[in-house]
Amino acid sequence: MKRPPVVTRAVERGLSPFRGKRAAHLLPRARLGGPMPWVIAIMVAITVLATAGGLALSNLVARASGDLASSATVQIVDPDPRTRSAQAEAARDLLASDPVVVSVAVLPEDEVEALLEPWLGAGAEDDALPIPALIELRLRDGSSETELARLADLLAEAAPDARIDAQSDWLAPVLSALSTLRWMAFGLIALLAFTGAAAVWLAARNALGSNRDTIEIVHLLGGSDDQIARIFQRSILLDALVGGLLGLLAGFAAVLLMGAQFAVLDSGLVAGGGLDRLDWMLLALVPLFAIAIAVYTARMTVLSSLRKML
Amino acid sequence: MSAPESEIVQFDNVGLRYGTDREILSNISFTLFPGRFYFLTGASGAGKTSLLKLLYLAQRPSRGAIRMFGTDVITLPRERLPAYRRRMGVVFQDFRLVDHLSAFDNIALPLRVSGVREADLQGPVTDMLEWVGLGHRAEARPATLSGGEQQRVAIARAVIGRPDMLVADEPTGNVDPEMALKLIRLFEALNRLGTTVVVATHDVHLIRKVPDSLIMRLDKGTLADPTGALRYPPRRVEAGR
Repeated sequence: MKRPPVVTRAVERGLSPFRGKRAAHLLPRARLGGPMPWVIAIMVAITVLATAGGLALSNLVARASGDLASSATVQIVDPDPRTRSAQAEAARDLLASDPVVVSVAVLPEDEVEALLEPWLGAGAEDDALPIPALIELRLRDGSSETELARLADLLAEAAPDARIDAQSDWLAPVLSALSTLRWMAFGLIALLAFTGAAAVWLAARNALGSNRDTIEIVHLLGGSDDQIARIFQRSILLDALVGGLLGLLAGFAAVLLMGAQFAVLDSGLVAGGGLDRLDWMLLALVPLFAIAIAVYTARMTVLSSLRKML
Repeated sequence: MSAPESEIVQFDNVGLRYGTDREILSNISFTLFPGRFYFLTGASGAGKTSLLKLLYLAQRPSRGAIRMFGTDVITLPRERLPAYRRRMGVVFQDFRLVDHLSAFDNIALPLRVSGVREADLQGPVTDMLEWVGLGHRAEARPATLSGGEQQRVAIARAVIGRPDMLVADEPTGNVDPEMALKLIRLFEALNRLGTTVVVATHDVHLIRKVPDSLIMRLDKGTLADPTGALRYPPRRVEAGR
């Protein structure tokens, strides 16, 4: 009979990492793989869409708010066209010299008529329905309600029929609705992150259950919780990488498609909701966050289950 | 305060029960010393496997104190237990081989868990496969091996890392007498190299093959000492250690 092999004390007594392909080999892929990459891909694609929507709405609200906060309209409502015109010119001269006003422009009458044509019909007579003179004001950034009140007082003498309106007033409900939509988009992202973590939690528990014997053996052979958790992390990481990449591509394609659809509308308001380079970079980070959440969730799930063993 | 180095295992008044059932093991006290060969015997259902589970740290006792390698393992934080498990080799009664790993990979598992490099484990694992007569079955999965072959793989996995203590639960139950003798000789060889060996068996013939062995006999959950294996009275473990 041969002597037993001389196994030197090469075995490290300390806790050394057990990782890489050899460690991953402990869990059969067929049992772990399953639908996980597809679940992650769908979650990432929807998250990319929701994030793009949230960012676009943020941009839209920010740009619209900025534009409107520095804009105002002066209306001069007088039935007599000559008085109206005289007051408009006086108001324009007065406003142009004010330091708060960046630019001032009296809208030509034909432009005003064109604006009102959808409601009043073509060829509406001045006498039948006096059309107000309109002056568009561009104010210095950061102009407040107080400045508008001061301008109104200033106009009271030169143009007594003038009425000054901040454009933000009449668009405030629209901006408020857009802002709500934006927060809903971010809420959806949080829900998706939670749902994704829950899906990974379920998958990790399922994988733990179907590989319990293997885990117990590794555990009894001296495998540490960290070593065993790493095996699952690696498996989930691979699933999340594949799913994240697929989801990102699908999400990008959907965002580009929607962007092209909205661009066709050629609306001033919608045009303000485009995505800039930083936004695209943020979108590209979505799968990385998804991978981090998946790996962290898998690790915590496995460690939590292992703690129930001695 | 640490126990003397010479005591590898010390059980003091240990009891084990599952749930609210009666105790499976009662008032178990003994001391194992390094380099000795112990047989644990007793009828089926006497509690041999339960006692071995306590020995290889798969189970905590319901009461009593256990010290291993000079450390109180009952109060030891669980994250430090793997280091102690790595000092032991275990042959499970049901082998517990990993189904989807080859015989080679099953035997290599303890070395890989311990961080031995691939280049360093190829030779020892191949030697071990040859020694248990399975050199030609290195790539075979457990499902394609006979019961005896699976048992030999399980034994090879337990001894590959030259453990300080080998715990074997009915290690020769599924092999022919010739292979049983060969395996016992392997255990003896390990024992001569300093490994403490604890073999649970009810095979009297096997026990007779190792004349210098010490016998612990379990009877309905209590321990008897027919060969003086427990002749060193266990010291009571001091509180707070």
